[in-house]
Amino acid sequence: MPKTYADINAKIQAGKAVVVTAEEMIGIVEEDGAAKAAERVDVVTTGTFAPMCSSGAMLNTGHTTPRMRFTKVWLNEVPAYAGLAAVDFYIGATELPENDPRNRNHPGLFSYGGAHVIEDLIAGRDVRMVAEAYPTDCYPRQDLETLINIGDLNQAYLLNPRNAYQNYGVAVNLNEDRDIYTYMGVVQADLGSASFCSAGQLSPMLNDPYYRTIGIGTRLYLGGGVGYVYFQGTQHNPTEARAENGVPMGGAGTIGVVGDMNQMRSDLVVGVSMYGYGVSLALGLGIPIPILDEDMARYTAVKDEDIVAPVLDYSREYPYREGGPLGHVSYAQLKSGHIEVRGRKVPTTPLSSYVRAQAIAEELKEWIQAGEFLLSQPAELLPSADSGQGFKSLNERPFNNGGVV
Amino acid sequence: MADRRIVMHFPPTMIDEPIISGLVKTYDLGFNILRASITPQQEGVMVLVLEGTEDALDAALRDAQEKGVRIEPLEMEIVRDEDKCTECGACVNICPTEALAIDLQTRHVTFDPDKCIACELCVPVCPPRAMQIAL
Ligand code: SF4
Ligand code: SF4
Repeated sequence: MPKTYADINAKIQAGKAVVVTAEEMIGIVEEDGAAKAAERVDVVTTGTFAPMCSSGAMLNTGHTTPRMRFTKVWLNEVPAYAGLAAVDFYIGATELPENDPRNRNHPGLFSYGGAHVIEDLIAGRDVRMVAEAYPTDCYPRQDLETLINIGDLNQAYLLNPRNAYQNYGVAVNLNEDRDIYTYMGVVQADLGSASFCSAGQLSPMLNDPYYRTIGIGTRLYLGGGVGYVYFQGTQHNPTEARAENGVPMGGAGTIGVVGDMNQMRSDLVVGVSMYGYGVSLALGLGIPIPILDEDMARYTAVKDEDIVAPVLDYSREYPYREGGPLGHVSYAQLKSGHIEVRGRKVPTTPLSSYVRAQAIAEELKEWIQAGEFLLSQPAELLPSADSGQGFKSLNERPFNNGGVV
Repeated sequence: MADRRIVMHFPPTMIDEPIISGLVKTYDLGFNILRASITPQQEGVMVLVLEGTEDALDAALRDAQEKGVRIEPLEMEIVRDEDKCTECGACVNICPTEALAIDLQTRHVTFDPDKCIACELCVPVCPPRAMQIAL
């Protein structure tokens, strides 16, 4: 018999819910079958810990005396976006200090950026803030230099437009001579390595391939605290090709998430430097999946063997959008330490920490078992495979005549 | 016989010259290339162990330096900041000696300082910069 969110939450509150991780669910469904597993298990927890570039923090410092409407803000020399109301500003994870040499001396080091500011704030470290403004009658002040600390802010929350990518491509390098420096790490020349970045069978959206339980309002684990899905993520692409088990065969669904940074931990929200590429935010995220029926039991029992990812050449085909995948490989193959591409054995480089993903799924499980974390029924589900929503590319329309059409 | 662990930096103009084989022949050396790569500025970087008598090694390195090769000994110590390491595994393929390795069963990433030759290749590659040069 199908269960409702209310049934499951009642069990959680009574301390009677059966909660297992997505890894544990594999064995349960293999042994008991999906029907029995659906009766027995109430919630499956998932987890992932990986660089997620499309992340950032919304901050509000409270008003200065005299008042000021920030027009430009820097945090530890990293620019933030202040084109909002007076003392609201947003710092993006990939932003760099203006004087960072970037890739001028390639490959650049990218030692510090927006993601590191976010990590510093979460760690409770003071951050140097500089702000500029033009004066108005209501906001006369023009400049500010101060230390700020997360404890003194009105709000500090992560507001990440695209996280938890449902599957992702595997990066290889067909260039025979040159290592390449990408957001997938250093990819070694001449099929010298293959980078992948997904927790596979533990990954949140791979355990609910059609988003039957994930949508606006889904309560989740974010950086060690509680967060929520606020909308579909940018580039959410539910119509990506799917395997027979419903699992997308490449990057597909994404979620926009929000969560209070005051609850987070700096070992789960980590500024990272991608050599020769830039700065990103490595983030821990986990979603609890209610086992409403037999289908959900089957979906959450997905295993690495049954999830495939496309192998893409990042030396040419990916950046210039030429050609297609060189093939598909499963996460079981990726995690075996090497894959085969064009008949050659290529060692694999993981970017996503499976050990941390396991720890997140485990911690979320404990929260639910302890009755501290209830599941939320989404106000609206994410667009799914039947939505017709695809993945557009920019149709460039150059303008001449000074933009007069 | 002695061995030297060194990093050789070749200027762009020299990349195609068979420097190493020349040195090996002239000074009767043994060698083991741990890693070689060419940077985008076309500088060649090679981490290698050379074996030979002390005199031959000195002469060979002097010879190479005169030809324009920059040579650095490998003598720093590399440490891993365990609090910073996320055990992602991004460093594993870069490491020439398997001092950094991933356990394929548990997915834990281990660092064995005894196997580390301090080539520093992992230092900029580690995303949270957990691999550090101890001075
Ligand atoms: S790349 Fe750095 S963080 Fe990742 S496993 Fe290696 S040492 Fe740890
Ligand atoms: S410095 Fe890093 S890459 Fe080099 S041997 Fe030691 S651990 Fe391996």
